[in-house]
Amino acid sequence: MIKNLRERDALLQSIRVFFHSEGFIEIETPVRLKTPCMELHIDAEPSGDHFLRTSPELCHKKLLACGAEKIFEVAKCFRQGEQGDLHNPEYTMLEWYRTDGDYMTALADTQNLLRKVVERRRDVPSMFSNDWKIFTVAEVFEEFAGWNPVEEFDADCFDFDLIEKVEPALPKDCPVVLKDYPAELCALARLKPGNPQVAERWELYLGGIEIANAYSELTDPVEQRARFEKWGEQRLALGKPVYDLDEEFFQCLKQMPPACGVALGLDRLLMILTGAKSLDAVLPFRD
Amino acid sequence: MYSSSDLRKGLKIEMDGDPCVITDFQFSKPGKGQAIYRCKIRNLSTGSGFDRSFRSGDKVKKAALESRDFTFSYEAGDDYVFSDNATYEEVHLGAEQLGDNKYFIVEDMQVEILFHNEKALDVTLPNFVEKEITDTEPGARGDTTTNCNKPARIDNGYEIAVPIFINEGDIVRIDTRTGQYADRVSKG
Repeated sequence: MIKNLRERDALLQSIRVFFHSEGFIEIETPVRLKTPCMELHIDAEPSGDHFLRTSPELCHKKLLACGAEKIFEVAKCFRQGEQGDLHNPEYTMLEWYRTDGDYMTALADTQNLLRKVVERRRDVPSMFSNDWKIFTVAEVFEEFAGWNPVEEFDADCFDFDLIEKVEPALPKDCPVVLKDYPAELCALARLKPGNPQVAERWELYLGGIEIANAYSELTDPVEQRARFEKWGEQRLALGKPVYDLDEEFFQCLKQMPPACGVALGLDRLLMILTGAKSLDAVLPFRD
Repeated sequence: MYSSSDLRKGLKIEMDGDPCVITDFQFSKPGKGQAIYRCKIRNLSTGSGFDRSFRSGDKVKKAALESRDFTFSYEAGDDYVFSDNATYEEVHLGAEQLGDNKYFIVEDMQVEILFHNEKALDVTLPNFVEKEITDTEPGARGDTTTNCNKPARIDNGYEIAVPIFINEGDIVRIDTRTGQYADRVSKG
């Protein structure tokens, strides 16, 4: 356990060194929010008359709209009901944004970051190899699940096949990126210019474990509002709480320049780096 | 009823009318997707195992299991007959339902029987039972300290590994949960 406290400290240091060398500044944003981000399957923990953040995303984008260009945060986030070997209801997210770039710029940042993180380590797990494999979501679903979710989307089938067929079949000895998600799973990503069937979003897997999520950020306030309203209706239908919309966020999107961002699970990264199979090994105060 | 967020290893549930136990449990959730509760399940009636995944809103039936105290009475052919300590009602269990427990059961033994909808599923013996060794090679004289084991048999033919110093006629204690030798009670 003490060994892994040192590992976390070293990891945080290397992350800060990397981002500062790239011209990013470290920021802090509120943990308690009146209006958490509305997503269909992410539930915020109530905290008095606020909610604990499920992600720092909306605050970061407001700062981009105000003129910030390269920002990162080591952010404690909270998600209700997520508990397992790879989930904890309270966890640390490394989140960063930069203007003037798309999701492929974000991928280059991520590759450079991971190279920095393992640079001085003596034993580097094989999945940190420099040989990155990049597949489209359509490609891996056609190969391992036998259907193309971009042509015909089925949300329920997608989640089950992703977990039970696709993820177990991904290469484990190198970083794997799945990109171009069906438009239905756009989250806060923009649709691909010239191919609106897919969203400019990718997810990184290390050793078969989902570790980071990135977008070319959506900057259209009308489209963003329509998405939040749709997910609000779907949440209502599922009997889940519906959050108020963050009007200030829509105002800011009007000013926000094109940008890209990444959210990376720091506890999972530490777990994979240290060869652990469960977050138990890297979180000393687990329930 | 359980909801899927109650699922965990060891939980007893009912699936398709049969009592089952969750033998392995994993919480999965794609970052933007729905929670999926993946279970390995064993059917307590048939012993067979299978995989089943549950979604967030799914409901799972609790298994109506009840455990009662019984006394072992007698053997009747292939059946073992127990009487309910409270009602004196008799229950018959087949040899295959008892498994290895049939070697350790003795007259008047106090046991617990697990029922599902009044159907007997499983019997739990006291953790230890004393049995006489009826057959084993004599050990080397004076050798009472080594960890070496040798084969031995008890009266009903059950084969068990015992330390080298155990002789025919000795009474030994056997752990009924593992079927293994625990210690010597008295010399024959």
